[in-house]
Amino acid sequence: MEDKFFNTTIYNEESRQKAQNLGTDYLEYQEGMEILDSDMLEQVKAFRAEYNPANFTEADVRRALRSEKKTLRDFGALLSPAAEALLEEIALAARKERQKYFGNNVLFFTPLYLANYCENYCVYCGFNCHNKIQRARLSVEQLEQEMQAIAATGMQEVLLLTGESRKMSDINYIGEACKLARKYFKVVGLEIYPVNSEEYAYLHKCGADFVTIFQETYNSEKYGQLHLAGHKRSFPYRFYGQERALKGGMRGVGLAALLGLDDFRRDAFSVGVHAYLLQRKFPHAEIALSCPRLRPIINNDKIQPLDVGERQLLQIVCAYRLFLPYASITVSSRECARVRDNLMSICANKISAGVSTGVGSHGGSGLGDEQFEIDDGRSLAEIFADLKGRGLQPVMADYVYV
Amino acid sequence: MDKFILGGHEFTSRFILGSGKYSLELIKAAVEEAGAEIITLALRRANGGELANILDYIPENVVKLPNTSGARTAEEAVRIARLARELCQSDFIKIEVIRDSKYFLPDNYETCKATELLAKEGFVVMPYMYPDLQAARDMANAGASCIMPLGAPIGSNKGLCTLDFIKILIDEIELPIIVDAGIGKPSQACQAMELGASAVMVNTAIASAGDITQMARAFREAVSAGRRAYLSGLGEVRDLANASSPLTGFLRD
Repeated sequence: MEDKFFNTTIYNEESRQKAQNLGTDYLEYQEGMEILDSDMLEQVKAFRAEYNPANFTEADVRRALRSEKKTLRDFGALLSPAAEALLEEIALAARKERQKYFGNNVLFFTPLYLANYCENYCVYCGFNCHNKIQRARLSVEQLEQEMQAIAATGMQEVLLLTGESRKMSDINYIGEACKLARKYFKVVGLEIYPVNSEEYAYLHKCGADFVTIFQETYNSEKYGQLHLAGHKRSFPYRFYGQERALKGGMRGVGLAALLGLDDFRRDAFSVGVHAYLLQRKFPHAEIALSCPRLRPIINNDKIQPLDVGERQLLQIVCAYRLFLPYASITVSSRECARVRDNLMSICANKISAGVSTGVGSHGGSGLGDEQFEIDDGRSLAEIFADLKGRGLQPVMADYVYV
Repeated sequence: MDKFILGGHEFTSRFILGSGKYSLELIKAAVEEAGAEIITLALRRANGGELANILDYIPENVVKLPNTSGARTAEEAVRIARLARELCQSDFIKIEVIRDSKYFLPDNYETCKATELLAKEGFVVMPYMYPDLQAARDMANAGASCIMPLGAPIGSNKGLCTLDFIKILIDEIELPIIVDAGIGKPSQACQAMELGASAVMVNTAIASAGDITQMARAFREAVSAGRRAYLSGLGEVRDLANASSPLTGFLRD
């Protein structure tokens, strides 16, 4: 079958061939991977299979806008092509909802890359093991320097990231990083390779409380074509990461699809369904969403998110806000200042500041190359002032570790 | 008007102001316009660093009422309360134990346990709760200084959805009843006060108003009007005009 969402900027006939030869092992678990007794993946798949964005009319979208509590069907309508004509009205509704739940507050955080070693081969990612980049892992001393430099800017929330290498960034190393981070920050989040629930429990004990895992695409077949090696190749293990994290005692989980890999409407719909089901199953869990679009990487500056333009991005984030009004929504530095600041006013509520996606770049040493090119290099002070100027209230910490 | 006594402290104002969801620079003006003597704040927003710390924006002459939001169990609430006492230099604590990320409805059972533990530690304990009579009695027996039933889910501006149950608490519980959460407009605050609530707490209705400080003023006036009406004794509501006594008019002696 012809793939209407074949993104030629990340993918060519050769890699397609390669993927075909690998077969369907992406649907399997690998050795040592914990298997939960859960059917959430089947549920998300079933909802996704039923969802056809082309089936909605403008009347459906208007009905969705009117309904007080948005159903999954309403959410689907808000994500449909028919909704694009009503984007202004959708944005107004989203802003009202954002206002109700978060007032004018915007949460701040910054990512801190611990290492960029990776054992996966994800064709669109700058860290993939075949991409020739400068690799590095911060020593404990370097880590502390980085944290001091970040804390000195006034930042209180840090997101620790690694490339996906269990060998080069093992759990103990990440645990030590969490303990150190607790010394300097009020909130510690993790965006690392997915692990088993007992490992999440250990990291939680070390001071981390939030775990973000991007499924990238919820189309498992496409997933298999894009993730050609490493433990990330296992689609179900990644999918159940949030459940394992919550089982391990984490307070909240974040999820996202990388927009531009596949049909963004179906992927955004799947993210919403996944988040909705997680909240149903774990009512206490804090749910966070991101809305990343594909970005150029080192050795491939042509990567583009295809049909996901700014209008579509706004539509997606507004649909998330209306369907899951209580969820925290982050817009990363993949987007430019203009887009981010406006999204903060309308529908999103969390922003990263003082960002670098390289390793060791806060302390100034610049040891390892970046994961992707960022589009908003403003410092914390700059974003703080810009958002203040828009009538928004930056919040450095809204959290207490207990 | 009459004084409001809470945990052995005396207040003139019966309007407790929230401090979330709006610009820190407006807090001072909102407190002044509201005439508030107590302001609530989330400890989790006060335990940060020097940048944009809410504690730096609260005027010194008001009592800080930190809440334990973020706690999911009694034990977590106790830990947050201790931290709050240290940071805010205040014995007042509003217990929020919430295990629901969608409606933020409180867990009465854990709240009751936390009330008991914190009352023993000498806090002025103010439990935020779902208006259930048994739970309110248990909290009162556990040492609460007041009971804070919700009118509607936090931040919803839906008003007094639980009105009939709040009335039962006002009738049955000796402690001050402070309606917290859900009040969306001054008329609703006024209504709660007319019925005999001892005070009301409002945050989102003010934070989401077009003019924050003027809305704070409007609530002040509504709360005070409601209290005065309550003290005056409301007149009777009748379905029919009632000028004569059709049934007993025949009586002669």
